[in-house]
Amino acid sequence: MNCERLLKTFRNGDSLPVQDVPELVLVEFLQGIVELTGLGWRIASYFGVPDRDGARLWCVLSGSNEQLGVIRSQVEGSLPSITGVCPEAHLFEREIAEQCGIALEDHPWFKPVRYQRSLRPGHDAWGRDEAAVILPGVSDFYRVGGAEIHEVAVGPVHAGIIEPGHFRFQCHGETVYHLEIALGYQHRGIERVLAGGPHAASMAQMETVAGDTTIGHATAYAMIREGLAGMEAPLRAHALRAIALELERLANHCGDLGALAGDVGFLPTMSFCGRIRGDFLNASAVLCGSRFGRGLVRPGGVYFDCRPERTVALAARLEEIRRDYSGAVELLWNSPSVMGRFEKTGRVRLDEARDLGLVGPAARACGIMRDVRRDYPFGAYRAAAQQMAVEPGGDVLARAMLRWKESLASLEFLKEQLAVLPDGETLLPCGAAQTEMISVALVEGWRGEICHVAITDSSGKFLRYKIKDPSFHNWNGLAMALRNEQISDFPLCNKSFNLSYCGFDL
Amino acid sequence: MADFLIHCLLIILMPPLLFGVINRTKATFAGRTGAPLLQPYFDLYRLLRKGSVFSRTTTWVFRVGPLVTLAATLTAALLIPLGNHLPPLSFNGDMILFIYLLALGRFFTTAAALDTGSSFEGMGAAREVTFSCLAEPVICIVLLVLSRLSGSLSLSGMLINSSAGLWMTSGAALVMLVSGLFFVLLSENCRIPFDDPNTHLELTMIHEVMVLDHSGPAFGLILYGASLKLFIMGALFLHVLLPLRLANPFLDWLVFLMSMILLAVVIGVVESGMARYRLIRVPQMLLAACVLSAFAMLLVVR
Repeated sequence: MNCERLLKTFRNGDSLPVQDVPELVLVEFLQGIVELTGLGWRIASYFGVPDRDGARLWCVLSGSNEQLGVIRSQVEGSLPSITGVCPEAHLFEREIAEQCGIALEDHPWFKPVRYQRSLRPGHDAWGRDEAAVILPGVSDFYRVGGAEIHEVAVGPVHAGIIEPGHFRFQCHGETVYHLEIALGYQHRGIERVLAGGPHAASMAQMETVAGDTTIGHATAYAMIREGLAGMEAPLRAHALRAIALELERLANHCGDLGALAGDVGFLPTMSFCGRIRGDFLNASAVLCGSRFGRGLVRPGGVYFDCRPERTVALAARLEEIRRDYSGAVELLWNSPSVMGRFEKTGRVRLDEARDLGLVGPAARACGIMRDVRRDYPFGAYRAAAQQMAVEPGGDVLARAMLRWKESLASLEFLKEQLAVLPDGETLLPCGAAQTEMISVALVEGWRGEICHVAITDSSGKFLRYKIKDPSFHNWNGLAMALRNEQISDFPLCNKSFNLSYCGFDL
Repeated sequence: MADFLIHCLLIILMPPLLFGVINRTKATFAGRTGAPLLQPYFDLYRLLRKGSVFSRTTTWVFRVGPLVTLAATLTAALLIPLGNHLPPLSFNGDMILFIYLLALGRFFTTAAALDTGSSFEGMGAAREVTFSCLAEPVICIVLLVLSRLSGSLSLSGMLINSSAGLWMTSGAALVMLVSGLFFVLLSENCRIPFDDPNTHLELTMIHEVMVLDHSGPAFGLILYGASLKLFIMGALFLHVLLPLRLANPFLDWLVFLMSMILLAVVIGVVESGMARYRLIRVPQMLLAACVLSAFAMLLVVR
């Protein structure tokens, strides 16, 4: 139990001086992470800040009782891997290796994450030549041997209008034995640009980390800025942010349910949900003039206020949309042919989901009670508890059903919030960041836990800004869901997760 | 002579209309306006004017595939009677030729798909031949039963002379025959619930995935060939289902046209009302069709 005492604990959105964060010897640090994850803590973010000798490692963990904890350490040379005993560290370690140019010891699958140069010029974890061009997806893939095994490669160019990603299947006939996913095609270098910030363009860049999670990432960034400046956004702004966040969740969940219906060739729900998604997007446009919530969230509050007559109109509009939405989705549950496709397809077991550290709807559809809004409440969620939906099945049906349950809960939440919108200011000036501070913000985006961490230097600029999109955890969940599935069910499984490529690639 | 001309005009002009009707029906069920009825014709016109791209890994098999398939399907279309009128070609035992022509078309489609060396197309070809192993027996048995009932070995003999009286004497057998044939009609023409003609997901496709590499005029021929196949299988199906024979030959043509369009509407309704089967369910459904037609044969032969 004493390893919990190692941690410096704080609340979601808080910031604390860097010197207050316990600095541990590397071995103790790694041991601490392993023991803490064994005690029920989760890795929310684990990253390195490159320096001259190697890198400073930071690990933010999330625990019970609304507590977050942080520890740090220094690594030089190479980093011993803990993935073997703590599988959720898997991608984080590969990311540290790639970004800091530090080799991993005993990592079971030591490959690049985004196929990029490290942030530390002259250092490369794989010792690749400085002049060599690094292309995404060009590396060895896991192979299953045998004459009857065939390999199917899909992407990065896809038949549909989706983002680029490469999927490598090892198949025996129609059965998938293994799926490996290679991403990195959308890497834009957001974290690199943010160093030395905040810049004038930072807010706009945050809104495009993942275009369908504009409000989620923008809220996390605003929380970081407010935490670093030591100020609090007004209540009315918190409420409007929560409303926008739930509208974003509704639009995406609705679109996903329609797309799931489309993937099994069930046209009515596909068409209706496609239209209703537009209705939810239009509701976001009522708030801020942008269907995707661009320009709404700003450090210090929200840029647009919602006049009382608009609030009333929005509530009435949502009631109408709810009726349409129910009708379209009931059709789905009442079609045996659709249920036959969804049931027992793409199953992720509870223990696998725990080990991989899945987040968001993907985790809740495996029966894991995990929701930032409840576990580490922020903004308006501190006052208004929301019903958390959970589905035990772990299959496509569970993930679809969960989206519907969450939609209903969101609509209920919106109704309450719109009825009692607090009065007052919507935007307060957000001052400059304090020096040598670390701030952590967790937001439950529609895909799950978004985690932003910022560390400022002695002049109050970002020394390191680390973004973690929920997709970073969940892509491995998709790979597990495909084990022993039919390859023809891959599109359906993929859609049931609907993960972000650009949010992962940054 | 008039019948000959009308037959040829119909098999050349009418098939794409069926796709138009199906798509329009589906659009209506989905609450959309949908593409114009004549959209498949516009698509064909557009494709025929385009250039072609051929992969360097392909051989002559790839180029010849669509041509042979279309030629085989067209010849099969000359054998099948439409609207109780004699087809241009008819002889004793042409039912065997009919079955083999359809098989020849399939063989060249799959050969052209394998020729590309793409893993998708290989998968599609494997699925196609696996499922056709179960779909072809149904057509064979259906034709056998019909020839037994009519005492004729030619398609025109067994289909034209089937009268409404047959439904009175061997109704049970015909019900099973018609349902088995409807399953095969849907599966052979890549309709939901067996396949989804509108999907863009190459991993789930059966028929569509085999023609991914074809472009321009060749792809136009494939699309037209697909609609022609639906047309002739629909004609076969309708002759068994509705053995109506009116006195006036022109009324017969009219009834045929109307029932064909109605069939397209029915297919559209089926597609709108249900999701696709999981791929491993498809053989089971085809097996059910086999069993149904086999029982029909038992009833007729006993």
